[in-house]
Amino acid sequence: MVLTAPQRAGRRRRTLAVLAVLTLAAVAAFLTVDVTGSWDYALQQRGRRLAAMAVVAVAVAVSTVLFQTVTNNRVLTPEIMGFDRLFVLVQTVAVFLLGASTVTTTDPRLRFAVEVVVLVGFGALLHRSLFGRTERDVHVLVLLGVVLGSTFTSLTLLVSRLIDPNEFLTLQDLLFASFTSVDRQMLALSAVLVVLLTAGVWRLLPHLDVVALGRDTAVGLGVEHRRVVDRALLAVAVLVAVATALVGPITFLGLLVANLARQLLGTHRHAWVLPGAALLALLALAGGQLVLEQVFGLNSALSIVVNFLGGIVFIALLIREPRQ
Amino acid sequence: MIEIESVSKAYGGVRVLDDVTLTIPTGGITSLIGANGAGKSTLLSVAARLLPADSGRVRVDGLDVATTPSAVLARRLSVLRQENAMSVRLTVRELVAFGRFPHSGGRLTREDHRLVDEAMAWFELGPLADRHLDQLSGGQRQRAYVAMVMCQGTDHVLLDEPLNNLDVRHAVQMMRMLRGMADELGRTVVLVVHDVNVASCYSDRIVAMREGRLVAEGPTAELMTPELLREVFDVDVAVHELAGRRIGVPWS
Repeated sequence: MVLTAPQRAGRRRRTLAVLAVLTLAAVAAFLTVDVTGSWDYALQQRGRRLAAMAVVAVAVAVSTVLFQTVTNNRVLTPEIMGFDRLFVLVQTVAVFLLGASTVTTTDPRLRFAVEVVVLVGFGALLHRSLFGRTERDVHVLVLLGVVLGSTFTSLTLLVSRLIDPNEFLTLQDLLFASFTSVDRQMLALSAVLVVLLTAGVWRLLPHLDVVALGRDTAVGLGVEHRRVVDRALLAVAVLVAVATALVGPITFLGLLVANLARQLLGTHRHAWVLPGAALLALLALAGGQLVLEQVFGLNSALSIVVNFLGGIVFIALLIREPRQ
Repeated sequence: MIEIESVSKAYGGVRVLDDVTLTIPTGGITSLIGANGAGKSTLLSVAARLLPADSGRVRVDGLDVATTPSAVLARRLSVLRQENAMSVRLTVRELVAFGRFPHSGGRLTREDHRLVDEAMAWFELGPLADRHLDQLSGGQRQRAYVAMVMCQGTDHVLLDEPLNNLDVRHAVQMMRMLRGMADELGRTVVLVVHDVNVASCYSDRIVAMREGRLVAEGPTAELMTPELLREVFDVDVAVHELAGRRIGVPWS
């Protein structure tokens, strides 16, 4: 069946509205289900976690969509390029060198700053080595990501063998994505960063729509391709660093929500895909946390729940997608 | 007018363009011919600022393509490469509408919509307007890309192998449309063409290249000679006059 342009636009609006309603419902449920004792206290605690989820949802959604646009592909994410495994490595090395007690008692803002700087630095390095040359080959990118990722993982394994077993337990707590122990000041700082970056990116959106057509077409249509790509990648590096440093690695979420948003909305236009992906990410996080608390009694990790449920939805959608 | 001044370009030590100097006058159709690897596509890409030249410079209406802002050039010159694989899923209408981007950014005006409809009508894409590109045949897709370029409404139109994937009917139709763009709309059309006879029948001027160098350029009739075609393609080509046109026959 072929829909006309106005029909498509109508369906997009309806889809986005449904997503917004579903997300609101998940948020409301997350805030109110099973409150025992003081409502004030419960709402305050859960509100803070919810705020962390919202910040992470926007950061992950925007960074993944932009990364896929500038690299012209739909399977790579900043996480696949080794960002979160670098995070794991940094934590492990810090615990090894300084000891678990030093790491956990350091001012969280300082830790946060160091993590952001390391991840942005890595992003800049990756950018220079990949986008400095004229030919950009997605296969080289994937290969590099896989190699870097496994290098980081191997180094992490090596260091963690050398760590005292008790300290290793502390380390594991640091490494699982968690919304329960987010520092208030870090949260505020992250929120400001994410809002500023998203606002900065917003003006680029029409240009990014053209960049998604591929470099030659974009240049032919008068887009300053290099400049747009540079800015988008800088935003990606900071957003990934913020999200990972705030709650830890959530590998699969970005890939999931970026592709789901495109598929559900039936467009690649960033003005639609970005809000859609951000809503989906918040829905996945709030819904996932709810499932985690109510069904598993906190005996699991959020990333496991999100990856499991999200993966099923994703595969189902791929299978159902009509191929003409 | 496109002025190419001693342009050279090398890929990893191999010279693909060797000191090419050429002026393409305003108006009419100019065809670049030559064997595979002669540097036609590279020359077109350099002229359209898709590739930087190693040395030399290209000016379009007096504007140096290497230094003029891309957005300014996009209102004077449009280009279509041979390969147009995209990672995004677009309808024909969405693709053609991108041709208006240099003029109105992301927001299309009523006039833009009219021009999009007009371009789709020219290339008989009306019934396919709301189909996705991946649902079309190669030839239909090719017409959609050329419609986008036409929709850009520039004085200079550079096309790399626009007849790719087109059957005879649509190839003839495409060349007639390009002729119309040159004759009626006064556009300057530059093509890379594989088939010498297409160049002979539809273009005003021919530019012949071999191994990165310019062999000859001039009015079509002067260049369609067995001697020149032999020099360009390294094959004996008999040239016959048929219904007022010069046709090269290499299969002899």
